[in-house]
Amino acid sequence: MRRFFTIVATAVMIWACSSDGGNDPTDDVVVDPTPDPVSFERGPMLMNWADNIIIPSYEAFSSEMTGLQSAFDSFKSDASEANLVAFRASWLSAYKMWQRVSMFEIGPAETLGLRLNVNIYPAGSDKIDGFITSGSYDLALASNRDAKGFPALDYLINGLGDRDEDILAKFNGTEKENLIAYTGDVIADMVSLSTNVLAEWNSGYRATFVANNGASSTASVDRFINDYVFYYEKFLRAGKMGIPVGAFSENVLPQNVEAYYKADVSNELFLEGIEAVQDFFNGVHYGKNTSGESLASYLDALNTVKDGDDLKKLINDQFDLAKTKVAALEPFRNEIEDNVPPTNMLLAYDEVQRIVPLLKVDMVSAMSVSIDFVDADGD
Amino acid sequence: MNRFISKHITAPIEAAPLAVFRILFGVMMLLSIVRFWSYGWIEKLYIQPKFFFSYYGFEWVKPLGIYTYFIFIICGLSAIFVALGYKYKVAIVTFFFSFTYIELMDKTTYLNHYYFISLLSFLMIFLPANAYFSLDAKQDSKKAFQKIPAWTVNSIKLLLGIVYFYAGLAKLNSDWLFKAMPLKIWLPSKFDTPLLGQFLHEEWVQYAFSWFGAGYDLAIPFLLLYKKTRPFAFVMVVVFHVMTRVLFPIGMFPYVMIVSTLIFFDSSFHHKLLNYLSGFFRIQKNLFDNGKAVVMAPHGKMSPKLILIALFFVVQLLMPWRYLTYPGELFWTEEGYRFSWRVMLMEKSGYAQFKVVSKDSGKWFYVDNSDFLTPFQEKQMSFQPDFILEYAQYLKKHFEKDGHKNVQIFVDSRVALNGRLSTTYIDPKVDLGQERESFEHKNWIIPFTDEIKGI
Repeated sequence: MRRFFTIVATAVMIWACSSDGGNDPTDDVVVDPTPDPVSFERGPMLMNWADNIIIPSYEAFSSEMTGLQSAFDSFKSDASEANLVAFRASWLSAYKMWQRVSMFEIGPAETLGLRLNVNIYPAGSDKIDGFITSGSYDLALASNRDAKGFPALDYLINGLGDRDEDILAKFNGTEKENLIAYTGDVIADMVSLSTNVLAEWNSGYRATFVANNGASSTASVDRFINDYVFYYEKFLRAGKMGIPVGAFSENVLPQNVEAYYKADVSNELFLEGIEAVQDFFNGVHYGKNTSGESLASYLDALNTVKDGDDLKKLINDQFDLAKTKVAALEPFRNEIEDNVPPTNMLLAYDEVQRIVPLLKVDMVSAMSVSIDFVDADGD
Repeated sequence: MNRFISKHITAPIEAAPLAVFRILFGVMMLLSIVRFWSYGWIEKLYIQPKFFFSYYGFEWVKPLGIYTYFIFIICGLSAIFVALGYKYKVAIVTFFFSFTYIELMDKTTYLNHYYFISLLSFLMIFLPANAYFSLDAKQDSKKAFQKIPAWTVNSIKLLLGIVYFYAGLAKLNSDWLFKAMPLKIWLPSKFDTPLLGQFLHEEWVQYAFSWFGAGYDLAIPFLLLYKKTRPFAFVMVVVFHVMTRVLFPIGMFPYVMIVSTLIFFDSSFHHKLLNYLSGFFRIQKNLFDNGKAVVMAPHGKMSPKLILIALFFVVQLLMPWRYLTYPGELFWTEEGYRFSWRVMLMEKSGYAQFKVVSKDSGKWFYVDNSDFLTPFQEKQMSFQPDFILEYAQYLKKHFEKDGHKNVQIFVDSRVALNGRLSTTYIDPKVDLGQERESFEHKNWIIPFTDEIKGI
């Protein structure tokens, strides 16, 4: 009997020692004295992500928003054609920068629902018209997400008329005050959201994010990889290309193209987005040519163990191929509206699609990351 | 032969080990149910999903909406009754049916460990586990026996032995032994395990775990059977299962196995344990020590009960070999993979994109799986052919009801197995709407491009 209790006691001790403390950063005092090339440290990768990619990207996005605000202020004081063109250029520039931060929907951005508040399209043009006429609206409501953000601005500065004169006539017409007020509110909402997200990263979330360097479904790396793959599959692949080109419906849906009213920038926005995803994969520092620890170098480290195929190269090759195919296309709206069926865009979409299993199956499986938090037992 | 029969089947032995087993089994099952409920898994796994994957032939077993909780309540209550040994027969039959019903509701949640519980509770229906130290025995002295035939305890040992030994046999393959797969993928990702973490990326550790695991599974039933090696074997059981618990998300299974292996110990151990319990709960244990034995029919006369149990074990021994009747690599096709004690053997994941084609108009579109499946269901579906087929059939029905005519379902799928690069899994030219589930080989699975040698 005594022996039995000794065994049980030992088991309980082993269990007790080993089942907690995994997320405590102070546990990391044990440093491997001889660094093995095979072991890959997740901490430095998280630091590279936060310090060289995510935060600098948010900073750039935030300053784009400031630029957008001041372009709007000029337009507000004088709704001239030159100011409209400048305002539009600011909008496009900010929209392109948005493509570089949209994938970071974790932490503050997730809490605030940045993506949901800034880029839900197609824009609800009727809803926007109604709000302008009535002058009463609450942009904080979830049901009004399609009446704000970049798509709403797209409608306001590109869609109110066919030619610039028509648009300017509206901004100088009877509804002038309401129109300006609404546009101002939409921009203020975007500015405040982006300022908040950046402030949160700088004031504490960065530390939380980097410290959570373990391996579990709630660790930063696992969670972010899930978000990253999800962004690629749902928002980049399906949202920007698949849905408008009709891959998920019997008919094409050209009105679902991103920046529908501007009409000629959808593939530019897409290419910026896929470039950002590839840069992130390779750990390329924002705005620089240097790079650091990344998913790619993680795969390299794992590959030395497995003697397997060079997954990093396969993924980069497929990114390159997809980009080449998309770059050769006309603007998406033209592709969809002018060709029945839009064969070239569908073919390009297939190449964009081929990246999904590479990321979701091969990469995720090599890293032993569980795709989405599945909290059931395995055996 | 007669000596063997009398020693292991008919000979009266102490009922205490079986009574202890009954109590611990009931308690563990109650804890499992409570744990499952407290994590919100009933809601998440059985109420929220719109679609459930059925076992072939059990399509009629479905969750009952909000009343699904009721099944879990019944299951939990019957576990308490089993532990107490109160109305034992009714309790264990109820437990078996309610637990098995739960497991049959959606095969997405299939686990060998749940299957083991179903088998064990089925076996326990035929065992006099309430003969000793139970409320039944206390209330009705006619039901109270201190001794029971040897086969009762031995059948549980045999079932446990089968589980371990077959789990060991399944590991005798080239991926496990000579590539240290899938542990080579799983272990390095557990780098944050205290004490062990820093060693898990070392290749020799991965091989050591693989070989130790296989050796452990194959040897442990025998080490537990012999008195001399038993204490050592039990230490191994505890260490092994605690380790698996720390490294992998396998829930209650390790504890259930640790507790179950106590049945291998001598009855003196179980008497001590019951004495301890009696002291704690102020139960008069000597009430049960009446010296009476359950009388067995004379030699040569097999009772229907024993025939049934013999058949049960024949099925158990043959079941894991049924994969031999299918062509192709078992790990790839998974034909004959379940119900065979193949535990933690593969790192397999997949991606399946379904294309719905209207045959008349030629129009087509892809399905967004998240419209129909939970992330867990999608994950499990994407690398198991029977899931893919069942889902395809469901999509066909769904879209035909939606007004589409003559719908064809094609799947574009890729699967990666044990660190190999993903390859096409299902023939993309086959209309899965036309295929039917059966026990026959699914010839629309693209054959495995590599080879895994071994059992």
